[in-house]
Amino acid sequence: MKIKKSLAISETGFVFDPSTGDSYTLNPTALEIIQLLKKDYPPEEVKKALTQKYDVDESTFERYFYDFTGMLKQMQLVAPDEK
Amino acid sequence: MKSDRLKIAISGLNNVDSPGPGIPVIRGIRESNNFQSRIVGIAYENLEPGPYMHEFVDKTYKVPYPSEGVEPLMDRIKYIHNREKIDVFIPNFDSEIFVFIKLADRLKDMGIQTFLPTLHQFEERHKSNLPAFGKKHGIKVPDSYPVTSASEIFELVSDHKMEYPMVVKGIFYDAFIASNSEQAAIYFNKISAKWGLPVVVQEFVKGTEVNVVSLGNGTGKTIGAVPMRKQYITDKGKAWGGITLDDPSMIDYTHKLIASTKWRGGIELELIRTADNELYLIEINPRLPAWVYLAVAARQNLPEAMVQLATGNTVEPFTEYAIGKMFIRYSFDMICNLDEFQQLSTTGEL
Repeated sequence: MKIKKSLAISETGFVFDPSTGDSYTLNPTALEIIQLLKKDYPPEEVKKALTQKYDVDESTFERYFYDFTGMLKQMQLVAPDEK
Repeated sequence: MKSDRLKIAISGLNNVDSPGPGIPVIRGIRESNNFQSRIVGIAYENLEPGPYMHEFVDKTYKVPYPSEGVEPLMDRIKYIHNREKIDVFIPNFDSEIFVFIKLADRLKDMGIQTFLPTLHQFEERHKSNLPAFGKKHGIKVPDSYPVTSASEIFELVSDHKMEYPMVVKGIFYDAFIASNSEQAAIYFNKISAKWGLPVVVQEFVKGTEVNVVSLGNGTGKTIGAVPMRKQYITDKGKAWGGITLDDPSMIDYTHKLIASTKWRGGIELELIRTADNELYLIEINPRLPAWVYLAVAARQNLPEAMVQLATGNTVEPFTEYAIGKMFIRYSFDMICNLDEFQQLSTTGEL
C-alpha cells in the first residue's frame, strides 16, 4: 500500500491532503504506521516493526492494521493505483 | 507607479454574514505595490458596515438601487464623479453587474473605467442558460430548467426530465435541495418571493463542492486562478472557512473555460467534484467572490490585477499560488458614532 505522495504529515500527527483540503489528526501509533507506509514498508514489515516494539500479538495487530488501512483507502489517502 | 493615486469606486460593502465582495476587494487593492488608492465606497443601505470601516473606505456615497431606474443611478454617479474624479468603478453585486455592463460605455465617456464581462458573456453563463453554455464550451453541467411556477417543476418530474432530489435556485442568490414535491413548492415560493422569476431547478450532482476564483483579461488569457474548498458553510450556504487546493485539473479547467469564453473580468466558478473525479459546473458568478482575499493571501492579488487591467496596464499572468492557505471568517461588533449614521442617512455621504 502506497500513501499519496502529496500528503503532508507533521511530526505531531496532523495530516493534510492538499488535493482535497481535508485534514486529519493521527494518534501516535497511527502516525508511526503511516510514516512506515510512506517509506514504502510492506504490511508484513510494518507488522514486524510494531509487534516487536509494542506488547501486541500479531492477530490483534493485523485486525487493527487492516481496519486502519481500510479507513485510509476510504478517505482516499492512498495512491490512486492502490485503491 | 506607486505615486499614482487611483480613485476607485467600489460597491458590495455589506460585510455581513452573507458578505458582498467589496471589503475583500478593497483589502487586495490596499496592498498594491503598484499604485496608491483612494477608495470611494458605493452603498445602497445606511447600515452596510463598509462605510464605517474607515481604514478601508475613504469616503462613501449612497446610491439608488438600479431597480429604481438607470437614470437616477447615473445622475448620482455623475454627482460623485464631479466631486471625486473616479478612475475605476468596480461593481460587486450580481444584481448590479448587468446594469454596469450596460452603462460601461457611458462611464468610459466620462473617464471612468470598468473591467466587466461583455453582455454576451454575462448572458450566456446565466443559471437558466447553463446547459447550452456547457454544450457550447464542452464542459459538464447538470441539467437545469428555468421555471415560472411550481407546477412546471411537477411537469418536469412527470416528464422524467428531472427527479428528486433537485436543487431549487434563485436567479441571483439562494439554493435549496428539494427531496420531494412539497419541498420543491415551498422553496419555489420562498425564492420567487425574494428574488423574482424565473426560478431555476437543477439536477442534483452528488460530490464535493469546490470553487475557483479567477480573472480573465478578455482575450482568452487567464491572469490568475486559485482553487478553494469550503471547510465550513453557514446556513446561508456561504463559506465561513476555506482552504486553497493543489488541484491542477481545476486550474486547467479554468484556463480552458476562460480561453473558450474569452472572459473579461473577475469570475467565480462553483464546481462539484464527483466520486469519479469528474468536475461539474453548477454556477458561474460574473465577479470576484467575497472570499477573494484568500487568493490575495495565496500570492495572487486579483483585485489589484483587475484595477491594472481596467486602467490599460499589461498584467503578467500569475503562475503560482500558496497551497493550504486558509481563511476563517469572523464577525465583529464595530462601534460607530450616531453622528456618522445620521450623516449617511440624511446627506447620503460619509
